[in-house]
Amino acid sequence: MQYSMELLDKILRMMLRIRSFEECLVAPILDGEIRTPCHLYSGQEAIAVGLCTALSNDDYIFGNHRSHGHFLAKGGCLKSLAAEIFCRETGSSRGRGGSMHLIDPSVCMLGSAPIVAGTISLALGAALAASIRGDGRIAVSFFGDGATGEGVLYESLNFAALKKLPIIFACENNLYASHMPIRQCRVNKPIRRIAEAFGISTQEVDGNDVLGVYDASSKAVNSCREGSGPVFLEFITYRYRGHVGPDDNIQGLHTDIRPKEELERWLAKDPIMKFEHYLIENHFFKEFGIQSIKDQVHQEVEKAIIYAKNSPHPNPEALSNYVFA
Amino acid sequence: MSSHRELTYSLAINEALHQMMDLDPSVFLLGQGVKSPWYVGNTARGLLERFGEGRVIDTPVSENGITGAAVGAAIAGMKPVVIHPRMDFMLYAMDPIINQASNWFYMNGGHASVPVVFWGVINRSGEQAAQHSQAIHAIFAHIPGLKVVMPATAYDAKGLMVAAIQDPNPVVYIDERLLYGRVEHVPEELYHVEIGTGCIRRKGKDVTIVAVSLMVQEALKAAEELAEQGVGAEVIDLRTVKPLDQELILTSVRKTGKLVIADVGWQSFGVSAEIAALVAEQAFDALKAPISRVALPDCPAPASISLEAAYYKGSKAIVESVQKLTERKEK
Repeated sequence: MQYSMELLDKILRMMLRIRSFEECLVAPILDGEIRTPCHLYSGQEAIAVGLCTALSNDDYIFGNHRSHGHFLAKGGCLKSLAAEIFCRETGSSRGRGGSMHLIDPSVCMLGSAPIVAGTISLALGAALAASIRGDGRIAVSFFGDGATGEGVLYESLNFAALKKLPIIFACENNLYASHMPIRQCRVNKPIRRIAEAFGISTQEVDGNDVLGVYDASSKAVNSCREGSGPVFLEFITYRYRGHVGPDDNIQGLHTDIRPKEELERWLAKDPIMKFEHYLIENHFFKEFGIQSIKDQVHQEVEKAIIYAKNSPHPNPEALSNYVFA
Repeated sequence: MSSHRELTYSLAINEALHQMMDLDPSVFLLGQGVKSPWYVGNTARGLLERFGEGRVIDTPVSENGITGAAVGAAIAGMKPVVIHPRMDFMLYAMDPIINQASNWFYMNGGHASVPVVFWGVINRSGEQAAQHSQAIHAIFAHIPGLKVVMPATAYDAKGLMVAAIQDPNPVVYIDERLLYGRVEHVPEELYHVEIGTGCIRRKGKDVTIVAVSLMVQEALKAAEELAEQGVGAEVIDLRTVKPLDQELILTSVRKTGKLVIADVGWQSFGVSAEIAALVAEQAFDALKAPISRVALPDCPAPASISLEAAYYKGSKAIVESVQKLTERKEK
């Protein structure tokens, strides 16, 4: 596939933005300045960016507990995200949601929630809405391998297949469901095969190869738009940080049981590093060009975090605002 | 002609759906059995023929997934009505109702409302036992962000369904199969009954009976009997369990000084407890007797008709409760 310079630049910036943002949260989390539980996306950037780049602004996405990356990749505002994570009035959910409830309807990022698999059926409903209206939109449900333990996934796969709904089931298989390695959660068969049982077209994708993600997603988007029904994409990837917080050192108990060598193996397959190599080898960018983008993105992220810290907390008198519309 | 037209409770619901689906293309009906009178009686009559399979969607047995789809469609701009022909099965859908829909507007800072109607039917009695006849409205009323309406008349069955569909929030609409055959005056034109407003079904000065759903009809029967004994019972139909019409209840209790609450659900931790607490907190000085409750005992619904007779409460229990209160010496 041929990629325009504009597209490559956009993908690079977005991946760097997400990585830089997540890593800039580490210190304030450890300092206790950020209290909302943050499930960091470092290591998985290629999936949100590759897939969302293949979508149009009007297409819907729903996230999960680990959705900073989904929010940004769909075009959500960086400053609003930072402010939400600091639980300020200027946040994307006005400080009522925190890290796990991110939404920006203006870019059709329709929400995220930490009830594992809880948003899969919501994305199904958004696809149903698009199908009833015949408006050509598609919906994407981002969920992890842990969500394959929840029954609602199977109900949603069946209904989507039955009604040929325009939905992409995007399973980010990072090999761990919180602390549990995947081999302790399910028998050792590829996850995508559960969708095959419903007659859904599936593909396994290297979740650390952003252009591979983009290609597979573009194909899935076209298939959905043509009315061929749902697509299930299983992205194999890895998260660098803890299930929640930087290192799963909860209350002094090191609960991250992942072997050090395993993490090192995955760091060697880093999606951003991989993409940078591609860009340099194919003469799209020079190293200093990438470095200058990194510097710009980092500044932008730092500004967003300062904005968040300087923003006011919600007024306690407004506690019960937004219970009802 | 319209002013005298009569309709059954179930066809009043049907008319609300016809009129709202006709008026607004974003309204659609989904759930198990919408094609089958076995499940939904005649409440969905003619909808499929008129609006097609795109907007009248009979679904597989997947309450969690389908209710979640209704919530997601609402977030994406539609106005779904999702039916659970036996509300016992709604328990499979607690996550989309209680975790997602009810919280969505708040936890997203007011950026996305969820205009969905969760329609659950109570199927009281009939030897249907513990999992086919529960009334679990109090569970929903406990949850911030949900509204809960329970029509007791055909007029309200239509008017509250219209209001529920028009409301920008998730509304749990709970009807009662035993009321489906009630024939009453129902205007043909589109109208709504305001959510959050109860009404006085019968005026009286001696005792207030606050009732909900089927128990409103039982309370009215009880009031007839009490009138013959010279006791004037004021019957309040809650119509909406949440938000509760507090002023209507308090004003009546301040007048009568006596309160009997009649609910179709369990007594423990339920709607009757909430109303009793409200009155104890805000109209304590007006009370001339203890508050009395007529509701289900802390026991699952039984099958056998002999046990059902001991389990379900009707007008007789309400009359007895009122008599106990009125026979007390006033303080």
